[in-house]
Amino acid sequence: MVVATTGHPLDVRCLAVADDRDLVARLQAGDESAFVELVRTYQPRLQRLAESVVSSRSVAEEVVQDTWLAVVRGVERFEGRSTFKTWLFHILLNRARSAVGREHRAPPLSSEDVSERFDANGAWATPPVPWAEQAEDRLVAQHLAERVRELLPELPAAQREVLLLRDIEGVSAPDVCELLGVSDGNQRVLLHRARVHLRQKLDLEMHS
Amino acid sequence: MRLRFWRRRRALVCRDAVALMAAYLDDALPTSDRTRLEEHLDGCPHCSEYLAQLRVVIDASGQVTPADLDDDTLDEFVDLYRRWRSG
Repeated sequence: MVVATTGHPLDVRCLAVADDRDLVARLQAGDESAFVELVRTYQPRLQRLAESVVSSRSVAEEVVQDTWLAVVRGVERFEGRSTFKTWLFHILLNRARSAVGREHRAPPLSSEDVSERFDANGAWATPPVPWAEQAEDRLVAQHLAERVRELLPELPAAQREVLLLRDIEGVSAPDVCELLGVSDGNQRVLLHRARVHLRQKLDLEMHS
Repeated sequence: MRLRFWRRRRALVCRDAVALMAAYLDDALPTSDRTRLEEHLDGCPHCSEYLAQLRVVIDASGQVTPADLDDDTLDEFVDLYRRWRSG
């Protein structure tokens, strides 16, 4: 059985990392066009990530601007031990948390965090109505992606941050643990809760 | 008669199968749990459908693109870059 991790094709990510390396080398050499390319690629994603941590759009904008300033000032010292994207997100998340005056604290979680309903024997009380196959249709898939975007603000902050980094930005699990300061088990449970929440919402639409 | 304890692994119930799915999707399950889950999935259309729906959610999230960057914002950043570089 094939194990799906995220929706990003691996080759696209590898190309993106290679492109970033080239852009960072040019930025280190003071090439303005490299800065423009990086802003074009990452500014909307940084804004989205900042808004997931701070509630105010204008504060998020300040956080993002501070992040770019830190990039311009610090890029000469960037040695590529992490990917540029992870480095960038690290800077942003630190600034976003300072702005709202909180450390990232994940709630204590049970590894058996299953919110679906089962009977006393552990079997489904209400089995899921089948609709996954319908999502193979391109238009249905587009609609679902649009719904996920709309539903993101509903998620609790800790779940939203993990889902945004893992499933939307395609950041690896170990990098997410480092970025958010959570254990591997906690990031997985937060991610699962977020996916379960979204599944429940999509479920209501898909068979209504 | 000597009692023999036959340690046989209990088959998973659906609740346990769902609890293992988060780690399964991360390819982080120990082999024994992975095998038990896959055996359960082979015989349980409900859990298979549930896992397929979680994968749809993952795929849908992977298709969420950020907003386009407008030209005015980009111009502002170019101005800032020049100021930062000269300052």
